Amino acid sequence: MSTSEVRGIPGLGASVLASALLMGAAGYAALYVAPTERSMGDIQRIFYFHMPSAIIAFIAFFITFIANIMYLVNRSPKSDWLGVSSAEVGVAFTTVVLVTGPIWGKPVWGVWWVWDARLTTTFILWVLYVSYLLLRGLLDDPERKAVVSAVYGVFAFLDVPLVYMANRWFRTQHPAPVLLGGQNSGLAPQMKWVLLFCFIALTGVMLILLRVRYRLEELRHEVAEMKIMADSGKR
Amino acid sequence: MSVNGRSMTLSRASFAILTKELRAEFRSFELLISTLVFVLIVVFLFSFAFDPTIGESRRFGPGLLWISILFAASLMLQPSFSRERTNDTLGALRLAPIDPFAILAGKLLANFCFLLLVELVLLPAFSVLYDVPLASVAAQVTVVMLLGSLGIATVGTIFSAIASQARMRELLLPLLMLPALAPILIASTEATAGLLSDPPELQLNWIVFLLAFDVIFLTATWLFGGYLLEE
Repeated sequence: MSTSEVRGIPGLGASVLASALLMGAAGYAALYVAPTERSMGDIQRIFYFHMPSAIIAFIAFFITFIANIMYLVNRSPKSDWLGVSSAEVGVAFTTVVLVTGPIWGKPVWGVWWVWDARLTTTFILWVLYVSYLLLRGLLDDPERKAVVSAVYGVFAFLDVPLVYMANRWFRTQHPAPVLLGGQNSGLAPQMKWVLLFCFIALTGVMLILLRVRYRLEELRHEVAEMKIMADSGKR
Repeated sequence: MSVNGRSMTLSRASFAILTKELRAEFRSFELLISTLVFVLIVVFLFSFAFDPTIGESRRFGPGLLWISILFAASLMLQPSFSRERTNDTLGALRLAPIDPFAILAGKLLANFCFLLLVELVLLPAFSVLYDVPLASVAAQVTVVMLLGSLGIATVGTIFSAIASQARMRELLLPLLMLPALAPILIASTEATAGLLSDPPELQLNWIVFLLAFDVIFLTATWLFGGYLLEE
């Protein structure tokens, strides 16, 4: 019996191997294949992991939002498991964004952090979903936990565009959108390919994390059910 | 029953809950007095955070004012649901043949009233202590206060219902509420700052923003809030 069968996810070993190779290649591409950016220099290479992580984190929180609404409608535990798994993966990727951002910011802007719209929104996004996970930890009854955290998740997600808009009107310093951002935006073709490649590699990591985390939630549920069965058997 | 009949019940039920909340509070004034004392302490402590000259006060005043309101709300909204736990009175409310949204709406309106009452005392005190001329723009300030407080009461009431079901609920409410209300803090602060500039200006974009915030979260409360009260 291989490890992947023990964990109950068919093909996990192969996907982890493929993802590791892909991530290695992505790292190589970002460091050696992509051309050096003219004004920022080598530090700009962190961008190939920074921006895809931000997009993936946002996708993860969007999945949580959909799963939360689904749970409120269909009350299937599976929606709840998906919601919490995706939120956790999203928090992990947001952490990557918040760590890589300042490393890039210090040499380019001269400061680690600025209170700009996108930075502030990312920070609040992170706080909102850390609170979501914290809230779940503080609710004991599994069904109440699912309902209450789903409602909180919906409110938290609706808050994000408002945080962004408020900060955008307030002040902004982050580089203007590089892709699809207007006339002077845009990347050299080679940079674009490396970026796309890194995005695909990181998406692979995200999907694996999500799958494993979901399985963990499923197993926890099974253990809880077994405990209930064992208890009723004793009586 | 017709749709009209149902909405009548909803508004009447919400009104009944509102009256019940107000009556309970006006018997002791516990919540209002403690919140008021707290908010005045916060305002007093701010005087040590910067040199409160006229220029500095006008620069930092609006932000400090709204931060103190936000802090006060995060404490004041705490008992809104958790106080119903003592004798499981929320369970009794739930048994009433009314839309669960009516319970939320009644409590939301009551919290909105409490918040406005606190601000009614806070604003003159703040204006005097920091020499911030709010009286000359009283009407515009009222608009900002009403819209900002409605947003705080809406999100605060829902999050109070959420926190009341968890362990460590006293700590949890500010934790959930304060980051989520960052947009209200920014918009209200900027709108108030506009009223203190020379000449005073009511910045319409922030008013529209506050209005949008209120509408979005009132709708979300209407759509999803009821789930919090089911057993």
